[in-house]
Amino acid sequence: MESLLEVPVAEHDIGTDPMLPRPFEVRRARHETHDTFTLTLEALDGGPELRFRPGQFNMLYLFGVGEVPISISGNPGTPQSLVHTTRAVGTVTRAMAKLKVGDVVGVRGPYGRPWPVGDCEGSDLVLVAGGIGLAPLRPAIYEVLARRERYGKVVLLYGTRSPADLLFRAELESWRARFDLDVFVTVDRGMEGWRGSVGVVTTLIRRAPFDPQNAVAFVCGPEVMMRYTVEELRKRGIDNDRMYLSMERNMKCGIGLCGHCQYGPTFVCKDGPVYRYDALVDLFVKREV
Amino acid sequence: MDNLVGILEEHPFFNGLDRSYIDMIAGCATNARFDAGSFIFREREDADNVYLLRQGKVALEVFAPNRGAIEIQTLDEGEILGWSWLIPPYQWRFDARAVELTRAIVVDGRCLRGKCEVNHDLGYELLKRFSIMVGQRLDATRLQLIDIYGVPA
Amino acid sequence: MSPSEEFVAEAPVTSLEQGIVDGITGNGGHRGRTVLEREDLDLLFAALAARGFTIIGPTVRDDAIVYDEITTSAELPIGWTDEQSRGGYRLRRRDDEALFGYAVGAHTWKRYLHPPRLMLWRARRNVTGLDIVEQGQEHRPLALIGVRPCELRAIEIQDRVFLGGPYVDPHYGERRRDVLVVAVNCTEPGGTCFCASMDAGPTAREGFDIALTEVIGKRRHFFAVEAGSERGEEICAELSARLVLTAMSPAENEKVDARAARAGRGMSRTVDTTDVSDLLARNAENPRWAHAAERCLTCGNCTMVCPTCFCTTVEDLTDLAGDNAERWRRWDSCFTVDYSYIHGGSVRTSARARYRHWITHKFGTWLDQFGTSGCTGCGRCITWCPAGIDITEELHAVRQTDVGG
Repeated sequence: MESLLEVPVAEHDIGTDPMLPRPFEVRRARHETHDTFTLTLEALDGGPELRFRPGQFNMLYLFGVGEVPISISGNPGTPQSLVHTTRAVGTVTRAMAKLKVGDVVGVRGPYGRPWPVGDCEGSDLVLVAGGIGLAPLRPAIYEVLARRERYGKVVLLYGTRSPADLLFRAELESWRARFDLDVFVTVDRGMEGWRGSVGVVTTLIRRAPFDPQNAVAFVCGPEVMMRYTVEELRKRGIDNDRMYLSMERNMKCGIGLCGHCQYGPTFVCKDGPVYRYDALVDLFVKREV
Repeated sequence: MDNLVGILEEHPFFNGLDRSYIDMIAGCATNARFDAGSFIFREREDADNVYLLRQGKVALEVFAPNRGAIEIQTLDEGEILGWSWLIPPYQWRFDARAVELTRAIVVDGRCLRGKCEVNHDLGYELLKRFSIMVGQRLDATRLQLIDIYGVPA
Repeated sequence: MSPSEEFVAEAPVTSLEQGIVDGITGNGGHRGRTVLEREDLDLLFAALAARGFTIIGPTVRDDAIVYDEITTSAELPIGWTDEQSRGGYRLRRRDDEALFGYAVGAHTWKRYLHPPRLMLWRARRNVTGLDIVEQGQEHRPLALIGVRPCELRAIEIQDRVFLGGPYVDPHYGERRRDVLVVAVNCTEPGGTCFCASMDAGPTAREGFDIALTEVIGKRRHFFAVEAGSERGEEICAELSARLVLTAMSPAENEKVDARAARAGRGMSRTVDTTDVSDLLARNAENPRWAHAAERCLTCGNCTMVCPTCFCTTVEDLTDLAGDNAERWRRWDSCFTVDYSYIHGGSVRTSARARYRHWITHKFGTWLDQFGTSGCTGCGRCITWCPAGIDITEELHAVRQTDVGG
């Protein structure tokens, strides 16, 4: 085993410690649902804009409170406005839900393996989103729509708990109105006035209009939802190496050094969060891994 | 009649069923259409039919006082609506309402039950298929129940 | 077991032992070893201090051998050895005055390269947002004396973790660059050692600046000295010029080889690492894990004393006024329930899953992640486990009951 004693070490200055956040200003803060919010950030330090790929995430830092990984949910084509969407489920995110325009957050990133949008040109695309899972898929949708002619059929299947939990509703409606995009939405629980489908999102797969022989699937949502979704997609005839999932684990650093996000032999922060399903098949069914 | 036989033959639900059985089922079948908003059947009514949805969308609903109609599942084209006709007490448990204009093949459940009593092989083939369907509905319902999008309290 | 008479080399018994001797004596013969008399050891200390190093070495405190700042060889654990067994550690007096006649203590050198608590940065809140006013913490160039071959291997392993990935830890990098390593080869195995199975000892082959092997007998007490780097050679050259280091005779070489060979013999434990990564991956549901879980307290001692465990967590603090914030990094352990917490629950809630994760990472997935094993066979986790769980025994049991075997 070769010795690493001669490995050069980066000079210790503010640009190279990967644990140093950059200050970004909140330009928009919007509540999507009762527990989900979106922040639009712009760089404050005059440094380079943060170019990212769909499916990547940033570590967002709230001064004195803490830092959490948050999916980038905006358009990769306009990185000067960095959009993030997340649920307020813990101390840091609940504090972030109260941010207003002009507040400052620290940003580290972008991190992680992205959705292989470019590699899927020529194929049909099936995007299956569950709950907050629509957020990390939205940048992929933007990128596909920007080069729509390079893809076959594009289908978005989106399920969430109830109509009140629907994300990006106006955008969903405008996508649905397009002729070159099929959008199917369902909720687990209906409510008065809801005229859309009721049922779990996996039930949408059976009839989704795509050619299994030539389709790639991107799946994002709670692990339970992804597990059953994958089974339905396989029943439709999509192979394991044509499905991509976005995984999630506890993260403290986002850069593969703290150990927390380990998932089997991988680190979700650098080997994921997007994984091709055939790499996960054995891990996915193991419990407490 | 031939048209109905053709449609039944092609439907995945009846895949592998003997042609003579398909003919038997077609013998109990007619076409029907339901306007948007109309009820196909209601809770507690006798369950005497099974519906093969060809076009449109149907909402299964429960009516609760103070809450009105609560939709529990949406079925659309290609799905089979109704299995209560096969199992005693042959009574619908929920309302089924056409959300939009819906066309269906209606198979007379009573007629079909009679044929199954006489021909147990036909009965077994149908029960096999309906069991699978009920199983799938149960799985989907369980996923709805566990609130996969929620955060544990 | 302390040698009090001249030790005569015996013929190696196993191919493993032969390999150890070959490793020392093969191709090119002895690597320019010189002799340092015991009474001159402080001249080596002085040479290090003169070059600005603060010396860290083993010393006795609180009935254990720990690592701390020392200035002279008198502070070394002279005449002490350790008796280690599963869940057991105690010191015992030797019947000679060996300076390094013990195996390893609870401390590892990682506390100096990868500090248990480290302030990453301090920031002030101001108009433009946040202002980083201070980064990292000061450190001094350290000379580590008494680094065992297994510990050397552990440092190499951590080099890969912190310096070999897409993101480098600059705090580790700086401390690593400024550290000088004086390794001490083992001359007898400790009670829980199994470095031979992990190919991590008992003799250091590379990765040190200077390596010492202690030879103590009735009449002589000296060290074989070997330089392993330019820095080491420079120091040895100075000491040679002052006749502090002298040439080694064939007889002396033989004594050194004999001790090295003895160290590799009779290790109490072995580990079969054949396909261990696949073995562990396919045995996720092996009932043996429940057996370990019944005893495991998930106290995390093993991760604290392990020289390669590197997991950390981050704490963001602020003062009461909320104007100043600090980010601290501190050691963490995969044995805590919180370690795998996301969205209102933890992924690994059972002790069984946490124990399985640690051993699978140490022997299996570490190999996939970093290209080496995560274990060096130092035996600390066996010694310091209050429940007396032996990682080699667990691995052996899983292999015996391999579900895919």
